[in-house]
Amino acid sequence: MSERRPFLLYTLMVFGYAFLYLPIASVVAFSFNETRSVSLWKGFSLQWYGRLLENQAVIDAALLSLLIAAMASTLAVVIGTLAALALSRFGRFKGRGLLSLLSSAPLVMPDVMLGISALFLFITLQQLMGWPQGRGIDTITIAHVTLCVCYVTVVVRSRLAQTDHSLEEAAMDLGARPWKVFFLVTLPLIWPALLAGWLLAFTLSLDDVVIASFTSGPGSSTLPVLILSKVRFGVTPEINALATLIIVAVCIGVSLAGWLMHRNARPTT
Amino acid sequence: MSTPARRQAQVDPWQDPNAEPILRIEGVTKTFGKTYAVDDVSLDIFRGEFFALLGGSGCGKSTLLRILGGFEVPDKGRVLIDGTDMTHVPPYERPVNMMFQSYALFPHMTVEQNIAFGLKQDKRPASEIGDRVAAMLDLVKMGQLGRRKPDQLSGGQRQRVALARALAKEPKLLLLDEPLGALDKKLREHTQFELVNIQERTGTTFVMVTHDQEEAMTMSTRVAVMDAGRIVQVSTPSNLYEYPSSKFVAEFIGAVNMLRGTVVEQQDERVLVHCHDFAFDAWARYAEPLPVGTDVHVAVRPEKIDVAETEPSGMDNVVRGRVVEIAYLGDVSIYHVQTDDGFVLRVQETHAARSADPHYNWSDVLYLVWHARDAIVLTA
Amino acid sequence: MQRPASHDGGAWWDLWFQVVVGLFRQIGALGRELRGSRGRYVVIAIPMLWLLAFFLAPLLVVLKISVAERTGGVPPYSDLVAIGEQGLVQINLSFKGYVTLLSDPLYVESYLNSLQFASISTLGCLLLGYPIAYGIARATPAWRMFLLVLVVLPFWTSSLLRTYALTGLLRDNGMVNQLLMAIGATDAPIRLIDTPFAVYVGITYNYLPFMVLPLVANLMRLDFTLLQAAADLGAKPWRAFLSVTLPLSLPGIIAGSLLVFIPAVGEYVIPALLGGPEALSIGSRIWEDFFNARNYPLAAAVALAMLVLIVVPMLLFEASQERRAEREAQRS
Repeated sequence: MSERRPFLLYTLMVFGYAFLYLPIASVVAFSFNETRSVSLWKGFSLQWYGRLLENQAVIDAALLSLLIAAMASTLAVVIGTLAALALSRFGRFKGRGLLSLLSSAPLVMPDVMLGISALFLFITLQQLMGWPQGRGIDTITIAHVTLCVCYVTVVVRSRLAQTDHSLEEAAMDLGARPWKVFFLVTLPLIWPALLAGWLLAFTLSLDDVVIASFTSGPGSSTLPVLILSKVRFGVTPEINALATLIIVAVCIGVSLAGWLMHRNARPTT
Repeated sequence: MSTPARRQAQVDPWQDPNAEPILRIEGVTKTFGKTYAVDDVSLDIFRGEFFALLGGSGCGKSTLLRILGGFEVPDKGRVLIDGTDMTHVPPYERPVNMMFQSYALFPHMTVEQNIAFGLKQDKRPASEIGDRVAAMLDLVKMGQLGRRKPDQLSGGQRQRVALARALAKEPKLLLLDEPLGALDKKLREHTQFELVNIQERTGTTFVMVTHDQEEAMTMSTRVAVMDAGRIVQVSTPSNLYEYPSSKFVAEFIGAVNMLRGTVVEQQDERVLVHCHDFAFDAWARYAEPLPVGTDVHVAVRPEKIDVAETEPSGMDNVVRGRVVEIAYLGDVSIYHVQTDDGFVLRVQETHAARSADPHYNWSDVLYLVWHARDAIVLTA
Repeated sequence: MQRPASHDGGAWWDLWFQVVVGLFRQIGALGRELRGSRGRYVVIAIPMLWLLAFFLAPLLVVLKISVAERTGGVPPYSDLVAIGEQGLVQINLSFKGYVTLLSDPLYVESYLNSLQFASISTLGCLLLGYPIAYGIARATPAWRMFLLVLVVLPFWTSSLLRTYALTGLLRDNGMVNQLLMAIGATDAPIRLIDTPFAVYVGITYNYLPFMVLPLVANLMRLDFTLLQAAADLGAKPWRAFLSVTLPLSLPGIIAGSLLVFIPAVGEYVIPALLGGPEALSIGSRIWEDFFNARNYPLAAAVALAMLVLIVVPMLLFEASQERRAEREAQRS
C-alpha cells in the first residue's frame, strides 16, 4: 500500500471519532458551568450536581428505568437465545421463515411503530380481558422486551455461527439429551454472547424514549421520558450533570467488563 | 495390509449365508429438497469389519454416515443395528459413536473430561469412569496428557483424543468421518496403521467415510464405492481393484487405461474388441457370452503392461508407441506412450534392479504388451 | 353482515381473510410438525408466541384502529364490530384517516421530508462510517478492539442526551458558531439549529454505530491479499479500492444502510429537538396526532402508511439476513 492512503484514512478516522465525541465532551464540560448557559463557559461549579441529587422526580425516574431495563433485558436474553438456537441449529422447520422474519423485523422498525402498536394492543387487551389495567411498569417492560429480543438474537446467532456445530452433535452422540447438551456444551461456549446481549438490551431499554412514552402511564415516567419533557422546555445544566453521571457510570461499566473479559481466556472453538 | 486376525478367518462373514450383520441398511433414501442425497441404498456390514464408504464429494457418503449416527432421519428405508430397528432413534440413545471430521473436542473441558463425558451420561460410578478413561488414554498412547485442554494439543493428538472418546463407551459401531483428512502425509500413514491396530484390539466394527481411495484400500476389509447417492460396488479392496464392475469404479480406484470399443469376435472365454480410440483390436478375457456388436470398455492397469524395445511375437496385445512423458517416482516410473494415432497409454515399470540410468527416454519407440487375462471388460 | 354503504370493502376483506388464514395455517403446520420432538417445540414456540402476541398482533390492531371512527369516548375510537338491532352483526369501517393522509398536503410533505432526512443521513453515515470501519478492520487486533469500543461507547450513553448535546453545540451562541466566528469564517452566527442540516447531523450522529458495525464485520472477512494481488497487477491504490474493496464490501454497505435508513424514516425525537417546529416528519405527525389531537385512527393510519413505505426495504433486509444465514448453515 502506498504511503498516501494511511494518511488520508487516519485523517478521516480522526475526524469521525472527533465528531462522535465532541458533543459528549461539551455536555460533560458544561455540566460544571457556573451559569445556566450550556454554550458559554463562565466558571467551575458543582451546583448542578447538587440540584440534581435533590430532585426526587429524577431519582424516582432513574430507579424505575433501571428496574425496567433489568427485567426487560433478562427476559429478552432468554427469549432471544431460544430464537437464536432455533434459527441457528434446527435446520429447516415449518415456520422457520416466519420466526426469522419476526425476530429480525423489530431490528429495523422505527420506534414510533413499535410504541404505538404496543399501546394499541394494550388498550384492546384491556377492553377484551381487563388486563392490563392502565399502563405502567408491566406494559413498558413487555414493549421493551419485544424491542430487545431481536438484538439479542442477532448477537447470539453470530456467536453460534462461530462455534463448531459438531460439538453439540458429538455431545448427543455420546448420550446427552438435548437440554443437557445446551447446558453442558453450548452455554459454556456462548455465554459471552449472552452477556453482551444482556448489556445491549439493558442499554436499549434504558435509553428508549419513544416506546416508553407510548406505553407508560401516570406515575410511571422513565428517565428518558422525564428528560424529554424537560429538554423540550429548554436546556438546563442539570441535564448535563445527569448526562455526565451516566457517561461516567457507563465508562466504569465498560472498563470493568473489558477487564473481566481480558482475565477470562476466551475458549477457542 | 493383512493382519494375523484377518488371515485366520476361514470364511469372510459377508460370504457366509448364515452370518447376521451387525448393521443392516435397507432401502434407505434421503432427499434434501429435490436432490437425492442417498438413493435407495442397501448394505450389510458384519461384526469386526473395517468398512469404508468411498466416493467423491456429493456422493452421499457423509449423509449416509449421519443417518447411521442418528443425525438425519431417512425419508424411506430402515437402519437395523444388531437386529433392532433404530431408524428413528436419536443419537443419544444409539449404541453408536462417531469420530467427527473436525474432532469436535469440547474446548472448555480437559482431555480426561472429554473422554469421560459419554460415560458420565450413562451415570456410571466415578471409579469405573476413572478406570475406563485411563484405559482409553493408554490405548491411544496419550497417558501423560490427560489434564491438557484441546487447544494445547497438536492435530494428531486431538485426533487420538477424539478416537478415545468415541471408543470409551464400547459402542457396537464406530463411525469415522474422514478421519485422516486433516493430517499430513507422514502422520497419515502412521495413523492408518494405528487405527487398524486399535480396531483389531477392541474388536469394534468401524464404518469409515473417505474420498481418498488409497486410504480406503489400505485400511478396510471391504469398501463400498458410492456415486450420486447410490452404491456402485461393494467388495474387498483387491476385488474392487482387479474386478471392478463398472467404468466408474475402474477409473475411481487406481490408475487405468480405458479403451472404448465394440466386440467383433468371441472365442472360448475371450473377446476381441475393436477399439474406437486408435487402430487396435484388443483381446480380453471375459467368461460370459457377449454378443458381437456390443459396445464395451476395456480397462488395463498400467502395471499390467509390459514394455519391450523390439516387437514381441505370440502375445495377445501388442501396441507400438513413442514415449511422450516420463514421471520418475523412485520406486517406479510412469511412462505416457503415444500410439501412431495419437492415443496415449499409461505404463508403470518397477525399478527392480538398482540403477540410476533411465530405462527409456523421450521419443523412444516402445512396444507395450499385455495378456488378455489382465484386461478387464466392462459393460457398465 | 351489513357493510357501510359508502365503501365496498369486499376485496379488502378477502385479502384480510387470506392473510389471517395463511397465518393460522403456518402456525398449525408448525404445531403438527413439532409434535414429534417436544423439546424443539418448546424452544421454537416460546419466542414465536411472544413475537406473534407482542409484535405481530399489535400491527394487526393498528390496522383495525386505522379503519375506525374517531369518537370522544374512552378509548377514543369506534368499535369495529357491534351488535345492532335484531342481533345483526355490524361492521364499522371508516377510511377517513387514509383519505386525510392522501389529500392533506401536510402529510405528503411529512413523508417526503422523512425520506429526505433518512436518505441524506444514511449517506452521511456511509461517508463518515466507511473510513472508520475500514480503519478498524485493518488495524491490529489490539487496536481493533479499542477502536471498536470507542465507536460503540457513545451508543451506551443515552442517545437522547447526545442529541440534546447537539442542540447545545449548534445553537446560535453554541460552540460551533463560536468557533466559526473565532477563526473569522463568518461575522454573525449561522443558523444551524432548527434546520434540516441539524437533523442530518443528528441522525448521522446517532446512527453511526449501526453503519460501522456491519461494515466492520464485512470488511474483516475481506481477504486483503486481494489488494496485494491487484497492486501486483499494476493497479494504483485508488483503483484497487474502487474495483476490489468497494464491490466486495457492498453487502456490508447495504446492511448498514438499511439498518440506518429504515428506522430513520420513522424518527421522531431528533427532528423534534433539532429540526424546530417547522421540521415535518412522519414520526412527529404520528406523535402529534396521537398525543395532542388524540386522533387514534388517524395516527394508526399514518403509522401503517409509514410501514408500507418501509416494507420493501425491510423485506430486502430480511432477504440479505437470510442469505447470510443460509451460508452459515451450509458451512456447519
